[in-house]
Amino acid sequence: MNDVAHDEHRRQLLREMLRIRRFEEKSAELYTQEKIRGFMHLYVGEEAVAVGTLQALDADDAVVSTYREHGHALVRGIPARAVMAEMYGRQEGCSRGRGGSMHIFDAATRFCGGNAIVGGGLPLAVGLALADKLQGRARVSACLFGDGAVAEGEFHESLNLAALWKLPVLFLCENNFYAMGTALARAQSQPDLHLKAASYALGAEVVDGMDVLAVEAATRRAAQAVRGGGGPYFLELRTYRFSAHSMFDAQLYRDKAEVEDWRRRDPIVLFERQLRAAGVLDDATLARMEAEIAAEIAAAVAFAEAGSWEPVEDLTRFVYSEGPAP
Amino acid sequence: MSTVTTTYREAIREAIREALRRDPRVFLMGEDVGAYGGCFAVSKGLLDEFGPERIRDTPLSESAFVGAGIGAALGGMRPIVEIMTVNFSLLALDQILNNAATLLHMSGGQFNVPLVIRMTTGGGRQLAAQHSHSLEGWYAHIPGLRVLAPATLEDARGMLWSALEDPDPVLIFEHALLYNQAGTLPADAGAVDIRRARVRRPGRDVSLITYGGSLPKTLEAAGRLAAEGIDAEVIDLRSLRPLDDATILASVAATRRAVIVDEGWRSGSLAAEISARIMENAFYELDAPVARVCSAEVPMPYARHLEQAALPQADTVIRVARGLVRGDG
Ligand SMILES: Cc1ncc(C[n+]2csc(CCOP(=O)(O)OP(=O)(O)O)c2C)c(N)n1
Ligand SMILES: [Mg+2]
Repeated sequence: MNDVAHDEHRRQLLREMLRIRRFEEKSAELYTQEKIRGFMHLYVGEEAVAVGTLQALDADDAVVSTYREHGHALVRGIPARAVMAEMYGRQEGCSRGRGGSMHIFDAATRFCGGNAIVGGGLPLAVGLALADKLQGRARVSACLFGDGAVAEGEFHESLNLAALWKLPVLFLCENNFYAMGTALARAQSQPDLHLKAASYALGAEVVDGMDVLAVEAATRRAAQAVRGGGGPYFLELRTYRFSAHSMFDAQLYRDKAEVEDWRRRDPIVLFERQLRAAGVLDDATLARMEAEIAAEIAAAVAFAEAGSWEPVEDLTRFVYSEGPAP
Repeated sequence: MSTVTTTYREAIREAIREALRRDPRVFLMGEDVGAYGGCFAVSKGLLDEFGPERIRDTPLSESAFVGAGIGAALGGMRPIVEIMTVNFSLLALDQILNNAATLLHMSGGQFNVPLVIRMTTGGGRQLAAQHSHSLEGWYAHIPGLRVLAPATLEDARGMLWSALEDPDPVLIFEHALLYNQAGTLPADAGAVDIRRARVRRPGRDVSLITYGGSLPKTLEAAGRLAAEGIDAEVIDLRSLRPLDDATILASVAATRRAVIVDEGWRSGSLAAEISARIMENAFYELDAPVARVCSAEVPMPYARHLEQAALPQADTVIRVARGLVRGDG
């Protein structure tokens, strides 16, 4: 990359993080207006992880995600309006309104779902990778999951199998140090999760998940190793969620001071400062970015507002396939 | 008699508190039961009162902590294990079926498992297809388990202690829409009988047989049917395994018609089992075929209008009951 392209790329990373942040802020507002219902989990504070990891993937790679997946979906390229309409429950939503916030799906970008069973996505990623390996395709199956999933049996079974069969899985652990109200140290005998992963004989590293460039660089390296046939790779991305676990969480389990400490490492603020210092960003550019993002989100909300309800007669559609297997 | 104003949630909390005070072998264990206060706030405040040994937070390891509950029960404790929702209990299904339900029989009666497992069930809150299903009927299929579904404040308050006194594993299903149900209880409310179904509303024309989260809807339907001159009896099963056949059959023998309201899917459901028992034991008493109101056979959708269309509703119960009584569906 030459310098100009490099500068543009860094601005792009900032822009994507801002896009997630603003989308989440809007989602919270719409939730309080009861436009969005059900469970909703915000990604505020963790933006560098989604942007750094998913930007490093190819278009035909697969992504398996969690219920905290708005940011993943946006970076992956699912239109904001399709995600917003989904959260409204509209049939124009990417899952026809049947999934809601926790179950964003998009075949076009191989976004294989927000999964709301903790650890439930890991075996899927292993299977997607197995299919690629059997069919001789050099694709990566990336799987995002939280620190909480590391306590599930499915985590251990999946890492073992992927390593044993040398499958092209990229395990991306979003370690935000909490599983709902349970601090990592209260759940794990070995809280250095990459050490735990390493025991399955796969590449495993810890990365500063508040530093988007570090996340991107680590993911590129790891994805390259996986794509080259080196077997699975595990990244522990240390980050923090600034918002509550979900919209129902009184946050009795953590100190405000701890949240404030982490807020000082806000990945967007840090990166913005870095870009300004490098002379790559000025007020006008930032203002333009914010304006474009605001317009995109306003359009997404308008799209969702104007959307329609799937006819109730269609309720039982797609319980089984409507045509022959492809 | 003095009474207290309470909610379903508080009634369960009070039952847990009472159990912890009464029996030093009792402890509560599960995901986020302590510092977080319980994912449905049932155990809020108990950590401060009883400490982390007895209000025990676990990692996200359903199979491991349910299995540990079984082991602790074998070792002389009286654990109350909380699983956040029935959906996540599937990760512990192996422990519940292959260990909790079988050890006594497999060991020739040597090892009983005095364990209580509580979990949330049911839909209606737009939580889509991984947080909304009613799978208690599956558990009711399993010999070796007792399966309870408290639908009233009295049962929320009273079933836990009775379950703890049972020498074998008991599963208690709490419908998520019931937690905020408010009302009064006698100040000295305590253990209740867990073997019998209850007639919640007597009636002559049709028996509406239901349990758990469908009870309020069914009572609403019965109230509205009364306005059109149909006198419906409402039976609250309370225990899904074993079923109280005597109460069901006595009611059906008197009304000669039955509608079963069950939030599970129709195929292979608890409703199917009850229907079969009525057919086997009261066929000649019936004036009409047994009818069922169940959830549509789809994974639960998120969008509210679709979810409501998928769930049993009072309107449907009314239409079906009217059809049986008047023969005009
Ligand atoms: C198998 C299972 N158990 C419990 C839950 C309830 N639950 C939803 S999110 C969550 C915390 C998960 O924490 P983590 O994996 O660290 O992800 P984070 O929310 O921090 O992104 C829990 C316990 C669930 N969805 N699935
Ligand atoms: Mg976490």
